[in-house]
Amino acid sequence: MAGKMDRRALVGAVLAGRGAAVVVAGLGAPAWDITAAGDTVLNMPLWGGMGGAAMVGLGLALAQPERPVLVITGDGEMLMGLGALATIAVQRPSNLAILVLDNERYGETGMQETATAQGVDLIGVAVAAGFGRTMSMTTTEDAPGLWEALRAGGPVFALAKVSDAPAPLVLPPREGAYLQARLREGLLGPDSFAQR
Amino acid sequence: MGEAENWPEELFGVLKAEGISQVALVPDAGHARLIRMCLADNAMRVVTLTTEEEGVALLSGAWMGGAKGVLLMQSSGVGNCINMLSMPVFHRTPLPMLVTMRGDWGEFNPAQVPMGQATQSVLEAMGTLVRRADRAEDVAPTAAATLRLAFNTFRATATLIGQRVLGAKTFGKD
Repeated sequence: MAGKMDRRALVGAVLAGRGAAVVVAGLGAPAWDITAAGDTVLNMPLWGGMGGAAMVGLGLALAQPERPVLVITGDGEMLMGLGALATIAVQRPSNLAILVLDNERYGETGMQETATAQGVDLIGVAVAAGFGRTMSMTTTEDAPGLWEALRAGGPVFALAKVSDAPAPLVLPPREGAYLQARLREGLLGPDSFAQR
Repeated sequence: MGEAENWPEELFGVLKAEGISQVALVPDAGHARLIRMCLADNAMRVVTLTTEEEGVALLSGAWMGGAKGVLLMQSSGVGNCINMLSMPVFHRTPLPMLVTMRGDWGEFNPAQVPMGQATQSVLEAMGTLVRRADRAEDVAPTAAATLRLAFNTFRATATLIGQRVLGAKTFGKD
């Protein structure tokens, strides 16, 4: 287990530097992680749609090209939507970063091994897809570097090997329409409700 | 060639009138003319997907960020979207889909029939409001109605463009 980080410490360090960024979290532990760091209207914790987190991030990044968008998701969720790495690399959104918290486990279902436990290299997949900036995060001190990479120009793909030790449940709001409406109001102001 | 042959141009007009700025797609021959027009339009971002469910997630994010999108696909792609269609239901996201049908009318390929016959049931089972157009002159009005329903009432909607409309001429030209 040497070298594997505490996921909450890493997410806390990353989100401390988020500024005005929108943060999308894949279902399960990443959603609890961003909520533990502080729930805000600019958080979009997903409750379902496994395999879709990175693509939600792409849609947001293309719609809001001046605003940084960070997707934080798990290795199992990313593996379900590997094709999205090809789609995103082709679109080259300069304001999108993806951070995979890789505990090599399906954490919500009994800690079964994922393919990354057998050596599948998600950074290698991202490089092969065409991501120009990738990083392996090994300490919380790497957190500012993620934002520096995004400022230098996305898309960015980062991965951190994290401990599979369970963290306390910190649940975000469970009402999807509310999560979406508060984010739209946060990004678009009162006009988000006045459209059409 | 009558006016009815211009349904792809009319469909493009519907997307422009609705202010669509993100066009997500897995290509289909029946959509080829529309796709070319979208690619040529600087106000539209065309995102070619590796699988159709990516488009459902993409357009969920687009709406969260204030952009309107449409998903273009063939009927077989609807099957790839099933679980991801939870997302627009859960968030109440406008998600219009334009689906060209296979396995529907004079189909040659037997492998297209199972998903083609299940397309409308699958969409409706996941909460999508579905309307069909089986005549060329009905395509644009049906699409306009389902796009309005999506954006005015915050839900997934689909226009199924019957294989009878797509016809041999369209496939031959493209």
